[in-house]
Amino acid sequence: MFAEIGHAALWLAAALAILQMVSGALALRAGEGAASPYALYARPAAVVQAFLAVLAFLTLLHAFAVTDLSVKLVATNSHSMKPFLYKLTGTWGNHEGSMLLWVAVLAMSGGLLAFAERRLPEKTMSATLAVQGFVAIGFYAFLLISSNPFERLPVPAPEGIGLNPLLQDIGLAIHPPTLYVGYVGLSVAFSLAMGALITRQVNPNFAKVMRPWVLGAWVFLTFGITAGSYWAYYELGWGGWWFWDPVENASLMPWLAATALLHSVSVLAARDALRTWTIMLGVVAFSMSMLGTFLVRSGVLTSVHAFAVDPERGTLLLMLLAIYIGGSLTIFALRASSISEGKRFTATSREGALVFNNVMLSAILAIVLLGTLYPLLTEAFDVRVSVGPPYFNPAGAIFAIPMFVVMAIGPLMRWKDDSPSRIQPELAVLGAIALLVIALVVFLGNYPLLPVLGLALAGALAVAALLPLKGRKLTRVPTATWGMVLAHFGVAVSLFGMACEGAFTQERLAAVAAGDVEEVGGWNVQLESVDPVSGPNWTAMEARIAVSRGGGDPVILAPQARNFWAPVQATSESALLTTWDGQLYAVIGDPAGIGPNGKQRWQLRVWWKPFVTFIWYGGLIIALGGVLSIIGRLQVDLKRRKAVRVGEERREDQAAIAAEAGNSASPEPAE
Amino acid sequence: MNRSLYFIPLIGFVLIAVLAGFMLTQPKNQFVQSQMIGKPLPEFELRAATDSRPGVSIAHFRDGKPKLLNVWASWCLPCIAEAPQLEELKENGVEIIGIAIRDRPEDVAAFLGRYGNPYTRIGADDRSAIQLELGSSGVPETFVIDGQGNILHQHIGDIRKSDVPILLEKLREAQ
Repeated sequence: MFAEIGHAALWLAAALAILQMVSGALALRAGEGAASPYALYARPAAVVQAFLAVLAFLTLLHAFAVTDLSVKLVATNSHSMKPFLYKLTGTWGNHEGSMLLWVAVLAMSGGLLAFAERRLPEKTMSATLAVQGFVAIGFYAFLLISSNPFERLPVPAPEGIGLNPLLQDIGLAIHPPTLYVGYVGLSVAFSLAMGALITRQVNPNFAKVMRPWVLGAWVFLTFGITAGSYWAYYELGWGGWWFWDPVENASLMPWLAATALLHSVSVLAARDALRTWTIMLGVVAFSMSMLGTFLVRSGVLTSVHAFAVDPERGTLLLMLLAIYIGGSLTIFALRASSISEGKRFTATSREGALVFNNVMLSAILAIVLLGTLYPLLTEAFDVRVSVGPPYFNPAGAIFAIPMFVVMAIGPLMRWKDDSPSRIQPELAVLGAIALLVIALVVFLGNYPLLPVLGLALAGALAVAALLPLKGRKLTRVPTATWGMVLAHFGVAVSLFGMACEGAFTQERLAAVAAGDVEEVGGWNVQLESVDPVSGPNWTAMEARIAVSRGGGDPVILAPQARNFWAPVQATSESALLTTWDGQLYAVIGDPAGIGPNGKQRWQLRVWWKPFVTFIWYGGLIIALGGVLSIIGRLQVDLKRRKAVRVGEERREDQAAIAAEAGNSASPEPAE
Repeated sequence: MNRSLYFIPLIGFVLIAVLAGFMLTQPKNQFVQSQMIGKPLPEFELRAATDSRPGVSIAHFRDGKPKLLNVWASWCLPCIAEAPQLEELKENGVEIIGIAIRDRPEDVAAFLGRYGNPYTRIGADDRSAIQLELGSSGVPETFVIDGQGNILHQHIGDIRKSDVPILLEKLREAQ
């Protein structure tokens, strides 16, 4: 019964999306300044649609919660003996469920936009809602035609067939949904950009409306990428935090575009410059989210994230891509020249620095896109290649290093026009910090170039990020500025973690028997025992490893080599010990035969990663900076709204007083 | 600014879309092929997975007659889907030997009672040991074995209608 309600709600939501699109589009035909009767329907359609899509998602959640095995999706992806939390997260741990989550979030953000946004001209709003409805229709159609999550089995299955055990993890509970919210938030930015382009309203007012959406999406993307990176780090058991896997790149590319968009929309809001560039980034950012979804879901690329793939779905997704991205880029190509470029500025100004970094971010985006698609290109000529860190790291660094330098300097410059000599003392300090760090690291040992440069830049950037606060009264600094300072500081923290991981990681791989002691990065690692253990749906060999440093008390780590039995799959559960200055990362492998003393030996792999946690702390700080910026912008907006309201009331009062005074002053009518 | 510059993103996208569209039409093999194809079966002996059929050992594959070795489990849904095709193969005179992965005798019996029993023998592989030695990474998988116990062909996933003639052809080649 529940599944049918969800299915029906989905169809109704799709119908409302059509209403939203049609009424929004018809409203555009009204003459200049005239209100169209059709415009009435777009906003309510978006709001009700949001409720229906969420209802559909909740019914699917319910089916997973109670393991309703008559629903095909539940039978193929869940299991009655799975822990309850993972039953719930299993809702979006599969293709259909995740697409349903995608449209539910899309409908929610569309509903919120329709409900709350009153600053734009009605016509631009109608165009925006029409575009948003148009995007939603495609995804409803995709879901209902090729990926119906509510399909029933003719006969209920006796038992479900489990969930990919790699995905049976708390990381899955938060990581994909946050990314989805980010992807979909960009759809609102996209709709706003298209609405402004169609109605030729690309101006600071539009940028101020778009900015919180971009910021919001960007915060979620930042958080999702950070969580995803940590998930891959401890769950895959390979000791790395970023693998340049197509699925990771699919989340990184929208983030890069959104980061560029975030900065260019700020320039548009503050200075009325970069109009076409902002519109293009708005289109590109959402295009990257859709391209990412396509690459992940169609299976054209092979990835460590094994998703069920289906060429028919790939074709449908590609068609959606062609319609939305192709369509919007065509409109952009035809319309962009009708937008004037906006205000001018010199190269040595804050706008100049922002433009430079926008170009750098776009270049990094192009590099990641090329690296992700290159295997696809060569495969078309029957050559199988895999593109990895040897390409991405140096090619990305070529643009990332100048970007970090300009990022340190940019916020110190003035808008419109500035001379470098004005900030000479600051530049000298930052340069000195960078050189000092390089000298120190070179003195310590022989490390690869990129991590050394990363450490130097991280040091300079951390100081530079705080410089905009210099000479200001801290209590009077606007919240949005705090957000920028914090986000830039977070980049420095994260860069520091990455560079430390790259330069100072120590690894030890050994075959050890119980009682053997190994040494890595100043830690004593002793294997105490290896015993079988079992969980609700797995069995495992669990090692007990005592680790200690500098004669301190030993801590027990317990990594496992797990075997799941529905479906059959082996995973390795790493064990981590986090200290203030880094992480010890242990993985137990296969039996390695009998040692010379007659004892069973096991493969043990231990890494000492100094300050690796800073990568994710940095990510969280960046996201927090974004949150502060949103709060700051909303505060300003609410204040402005209140001021406008108070002003209007005052005018009304004055008018009323004047009218009264006029009345009393007017001569009494003669009787 | 030159108007034609605004077409660059569109052109870039069209190139990507054409490439992706072309690659989608290409057949793609995502399965893990066994390294054991062309090699003899590993030595093994498995107890019976259920009372109704005897167990399996390597000797049963060396009687000169080509056979199918079907790796399956009662907890596996695609195994239900392929049951009619196994029945069809059996009616074509094919001898099918099953290996049940991580299964219980009562579940095996219930499965066979419900979906039919095309097997002459069923061995129980409680820890996937033989499955891994076969180079099989999931259930169901089906191997074509010649009369001397050599692995000739591996079919991954459930056997669909269209796969039946292919398997029959492979068995004929094994004669």
